[in-house]
Amino acid sequence: MDTFAQLVILTLAAGTPLVFAALGELVTEKSGVLNLGVEGMMLVGAVVAFMVAATSGSPWLGILAGMGAGAATSLIFGAITLSLLANQVATGLALSLFGIGLSAFVGLDFVSVVIAGITPLSIGGLSDLPVVGQLVFGHNPLVYLSFALFALVQWFLYRSRGGLVLRAVGESPQSAHAIGYPVIAIRYAAVLFGGACAGLAGAYLSVAYTPLWVEGMVAGRGWIALALVVFATWKPWRVLAGAYLFGGVTLAQFQVQALGVAIPSQYLSMLPYLATIVVLAMISRDAVAIRLNAPASLGRPFHPAA
Amino acid sequence: MPRMNRRIALATIAAGALATAVALPAAAQTKAGEPLKIGFVYVSPIGDAGWTFQHDTGRKEMEAALGAKVTTKYIESVPEGADAERVIRELAQSGHQLVFTTSFGYMNPTIKVAATFPKTHFEHATGYKSAKNVGIYNARFYEGRYLAGIVAGRMTKTNVAGYVAAFPIPEVVMGINAFARGMRSVNPKAEVKVVWVNSWFDPGKERQAADTLISQGADVVTHHTDSTAAVQAAEAKKVYAVGYHSDMSKYGPNAQLTAVTHQWGDFYTKAAQSAVEGKWKPGNVWGGIKEGMIKLAAFNKVVPQDVQDQTRKVEADIRAGRFHPFTGPVKDNTGKERIAAGKTIDDVTLNKMDYYVEGVQGKLPSSK
Repeated sequence: MDTFAQLVILTLAAGTPLVFAALGELVTEKSGVLNLGVEGMMLVGAVVAFMVAATSGSPWLGILAGMGAGAATSLIFGAITLSLLANQVATGLALSLFGIGLSAFVGLDFVSVVIAGITPLSIGGLSDLPVVGQLVFGHNPLVYLSFALFALVQWFLYRSRGGLVLRAVGESPQSAHAIGYPVIAIRYAAVLFGGACAGLAGAYLSVAYTPLWVEGMVAGRGWIALALVVFATWKPWRVLAGAYLFGGVTLAQFQVQALGVAIPSQYLSMLPYLATIVVLAMISRDAVAIRLNAPASLGRPFHPAA
Repeated sequence: MPRMNRRIALATIAAGALATAVALPAAAQTKAGEPLKIGFVYVSPIGDAGWTFQHDTGRKEMEAALGAKVTTKYIESVPEGADAERVIRELAQSGHQLVFTTSFGYMNPTIKVAATFPKTHFEHATGYKSAKNVGIYNARFYEGRYLAGIVAGRMTKTNVAGYVAAFPIPEVVMGINAFARGMRSVNPKAEVKVVWVNSWFDPGKERQAADTLISQGADVVTHHTDSTAAVQAAEAKKVYAVGYHSDMSKYGPNAQLTAVTHQWGDFYTKAAQSAVEGKWKPGNVWGGIKEGMIKLAAFNKVVPQDVQDQTRKVEADIRAGRFHPFTGPVKDNTGKERIAAGKTIDDVTLNKMDYYVEGVQGKLPSSK
């Protein structure tokens, strides 16, 4: 098969979990809430999605369940930080650790289970077209879903009234509260959305990308998603670019290795992180723009009476 | 539990005193009738396949063989480094008289803890440092790799095999080389492409690496990493795979030709038995096919009978000591002769292997 088309397909497949998780976290952070529990929520989403897919036989039902589980996990975070006003950083870190442990415990009986995952599309006729066929129609269905999610987030944040309110809450919860918006409820909604997206990202890993469940299978992608949001200066299209850049460079360095190029693999392994940081730092090096994009109240608890 | 605490305190004081005194000969601590407490430290979750799964299978076999004479305790997912030392120390402190530490990175922590618990026996897997109370054990993975290479060399149509590897340490490098030599022994045109993922366990990366290798023409994929992702990638892309650590046929019923598996049960049983009898001595065990530490999983039905026979014959030769995968002439992939014709590599040199043999593409990332 055409190597280029293959590389594009693999890049999108590798970037997709980061797109899901980072877009969700972006929306959460835009409301002024910093949830560091992405890794944990992804693992909970992954394990629940896998369990449901394995017992029901329907991977799509698994994906839905994974989203639900991610959202449910984020609700714990919401209750502790939004209602009880605990420190968001500490709570988020705790949520990550909790998710790692909980998913390992819950999934214990499922490590040996084999499921039929969601496989890339194969549309008779269309997917067989030369070059374009695979490029346009040969992806995993969830990859298309990530495109849709990106469009939705972009539209919602910058073209809808709801998005304006959400951003207002993230910039100045006091003002938003003063003109009558339910700050806490909006933040809950943003946290739940972020959780569902993280759950979806985990579900993608366990049900579509590598259809298996093993403890810790997310392997740090939640943390990378978190970093992406910051380096992308809270802009959805930059998150998308960063995620594919990261996935693409990861794959490119494998390609280079398999071709037998004499560069030590340790350097090549650094490359995805390095390239993503450098590129995103370059495109967003304008300090003023960063300050404008960063939600001003990020990480600060809000109490209407304060 | 005040009694328990006092016991630990006494043990700690005693250990401290002993460390400064002349090291006494190690003796089993068991009172008659009390089972020997044995601890295991695992580097990853047990899971259903892979490095740790095989160790845990060995532990269970030992328990089954020795019954009431032993009780075992294991701790999973212990990171290599400072945490390992704490875990090993806790096991020793809580009265475990035999502790198996099952990953290379536990070497220094094991040696360190062993120095303060001279009466506790330690067995460390795949390392090279031993002590009065630290034995080492390892398996000759490369023997199985050579056999798997024969199967791969006969089954490949593109003459390219893909190898997903974790870290460029001798243990992994000798596996790659043995595999390549096995392939080339039956198929002189065979080439091995290697991708290093610099991680023992990351299913996503392992999958990506395998996909990459397949996209570059590999029609047999094998791996020296811990998950089943590479075998699953082969299954999805309808190419062949050779599993590692465990039989992974469940994850690649059509893909897996065979698998190189580790069998630790016999060794664990023997070590525990001698500790129970108070006869334990630190050893340096490096077992292979002959000792039953390395076994090939059942062949896939697509492997023709004559390929199976050919592989079994070489296996019998290795078992009988008539054949060694690294018997000269061995050239590295720059053409330099590494082992002269008729000579066989010795274990010390083998354990320092830092080059690719002929047939492996690329340059080995140096660890120096």
